[in-house]
Amino acid sequence: MSNEKYLKKSEPVRVKDLSFFQRTYVTEILKGMFAACKQIFKPRFTIQYPEEKVVHASSFRGRPVLVEENGVERCVACGLCSRVCPALAIDVQSASTELAKERYPEKFEINMTRCIFCGFCEEVCPEEAIIMSNEYELAFSSQEESIFGKDKLLKSVEEMKPRLDFLRDHR
Amino acid sequence: MPNVKITLDGTQYEIDSKKTILEAAKENKISIPHFCWHGKLSPSGNCRICLVEVEKMPKLTIACMTQVTDGMVVNTKNERVINAREAVMEFILINHPLDCPICDEAGECKLQDYAYKYSKGFSRFVENKVHKEKRVDIGPRVMFDAERCISCSRCIRFCDEVAGVHQLQFVNRGDRVTIETFPGQSLDNPYSMNVVDICPVGALTNKDFRFKSRVWEMSFTDSVCNGCARGCNIEVGVRNNEILRLNPRTNDDVNSAWMCDHGRLETWKNVNAEDRIKSPKIRKDGQLIEVGWDEAIAKVASEFKSFNKNEIAVLGSAFATNEDNYIFAKFAKEVLGTRNIDFRRHNEGVDDTVLIRADKTPNSSGAEAVGIVPQENGMNFDQIISAIKAGKIKALYCLEDDIASIPGVGEALSNLEFFAVHATNHNKTTQYAHVVLAASTYVEKNGTMTNFQHRVQRIRPAVTTLEQDRALDNFEMSRWDTFAAHNDKWGKGPRRDSRPSWKIVVSIAGVMGTKYKFNNADDVFNEICHKIDSFKGLSYLKVGKKGASLKQSTVTV
Repeated sequence: MSNEKYLKKSEPVRVKDLSFFQRTYVTEILKGMFAACKQIFKPRFTIQYPEEKVVHASSFRGRPVLVEENGVERCVACGLCSRVCPALAIDVQSASTELAKERYPEKFEINMTRCIFCGFCEEVCPEEAIIMSNEYELAFSSQEESIFGKDKLLKSVEEMKPRLDFLRDHR
Repeated sequence: MPNVKITLDGTQYEIDSKKTILEAAKENKISIPHFCWHGKLSPSGNCRICLVEVEKMPKLTIACMTQVTDGMVVNTKNERVINAREAVMEFILINHPLDCPICDEAGECKLQDYAYKYSKGFSRFVENKVHKEKRVDIGPRVMFDAERCISCSRCIRFCDEVAGVHQLQFVNRGDRVTIETFPGQSLDNPYSMNVVDICPVGALTNKDFRFKSRVWEMSFTDSVCNGCARGCNIEVGVRNNEILRLNPRTNDDVNSAWMCDHGRLETWKNVNAEDRIKSPKIRKDGQLIEVGWDEAIAKVASEFKSFNKNEIAVLGSAFATNEDNYIFAKFAKEVLGTRNIDFRRHNEGVDDTVLIRADKTPNSSGAEAVGIVPQENGMNFDQIISAIKAGKIKALYCLEDDIASIPGVGEALSNLEFFAVHATNHNKTTQYAHVVLAASTYVEKNGTMTNFQHRVQRIRPAVTTLEQDRALDNFEMSRWDTFAAHNDKWGKGPRRDSRPSWKIVVSIAGVMGTKYKFNNADDVFNEICHKIDSFKGLSYLKVGKKGASLKQSTVTV
């Protein structure tokens, strides 16, 4: 019986009986009311979602997006994001382009049901082409809908400026 | 040959005196980095990364060009050597563009690997790099990126020494040095794409494979090329159940480290082609209609039963494996009872001095060895065709070959009352067929091929058909294959309802009342080894990755 000591029941703790006044809870109720009423005069911070929305700081990691510059994606389809993705959410098919970058993603798909928002793709990207946005509304009604193609992923540089600046400052 | 004793990193070894330090080190599993040295080419000694310290020599010396001598003491890992390596790496990387993200070689690049292993990890070079042309159309199948080139001269030496055509040469000097073809020429020799394999960086890339996939996303399966009777050892690169490229595998007895461009590009395109036969088909009202396997097999069995033995002929195939042909011959002799067994020869070219053979099939000597030969008083191929024309042969059963591509054979085939063919793709022959049985291609089945040297070599499945599962059937798996869930889009390319020919024949025999007990290709090969003298003593284990020779004495060459 080596585990006897673990089986031993603890001594019941004798709780001190409350006095009559304490049992009326008058002071406790007043304390509680005061704490609640104090908030009435403070500014409201509740957001009426979905009518109102939170604008997150640029350090927020929302869904990953592809940066579009001069009408084309920055992405060169190197496949590093796809390789580093711990959840295997990213599928890239590269192809040849006449542009100086030689290579572009013919297909770039992120399976948002797989994505875990870790930001590794952003960290590994040599072109600052895939970055985390501040979008967090991700609800789908089917598996197919959760796979985001280039149409949903591309965002212009201007739109993504806060995040890009954040990345520059903290790299 | 006299041996000498040398000391490598403090351990003494006995080495053949003709060898260089690099070869001696390689033999004894000591890695010395090398860019320009290639085991199958003459040493050139221009990259300088293999510098090692030889005691009593005043300066460091290159391991690839220094022959071993008795009592030599070599250090490959001391500080002096490491410093020299770092310096050489720094020099090489000065003008290297570091565009790994867009470079196809990334992941299998020597420079990338060595940069991790042997370089300092940062650059002191602040000036502008020399820029050269990025997309040079150096040959019809090869693209050249001049910036990435580290001037190792492997490609030049390959063309000179192996392909035997002098097509490439260095031009200019210093950091302007680049590779060009001789005026008016392009890198178009039949072995040109081997320069892509031996290029230690991504300067020479495969136009066909360019940007199709990252190498780390693919699985590589050891197999054998089916482009000609040489049977070059290859690796089949697959992603998403689709073949993307073939690479040669080193086998000194067969193909050294090379393969021809035809084999590399043309032998696998049919697997995923538009005209691929994706399931068995039966001709109804002149049209080939897709049917289930049971129906197709029952149809073939019942048709063959309605013919006299002498009205049936069978044609094996030099494109099919030994297993396929063996079972086919066995079926023809034991079940159909026909003596008219042969196959079509494809001597369509000339043997060259490197690899390419005139016989354009991978297994003609194997087909003969396992019994695809006319039996006593049986007809050979030409006699079968003329007998069909004359109406003496009324039913024909043919393995995977396009016999109707021979002029005149097509009309003969239209005389047949019943014609069943195993085929992978629609071709002229399937136009005449009453039943087309969807055969697996050579990358979808297990088996062996026998090359012109009577060497038996294994083929392994790299692409799954409907009846196979990548994980359960021991396929090579890429990371994608390993982790793909049932609802993932990737990792699941097209699969066809095809079967290896031997399996189809076994099913037909079963319906016709002869039960063969073969569950997999192993069983068939074991019976071949048991029944056929030249195969005695062989097994899949013995054939291994590099093949095994048939007993020569019993083979008629």
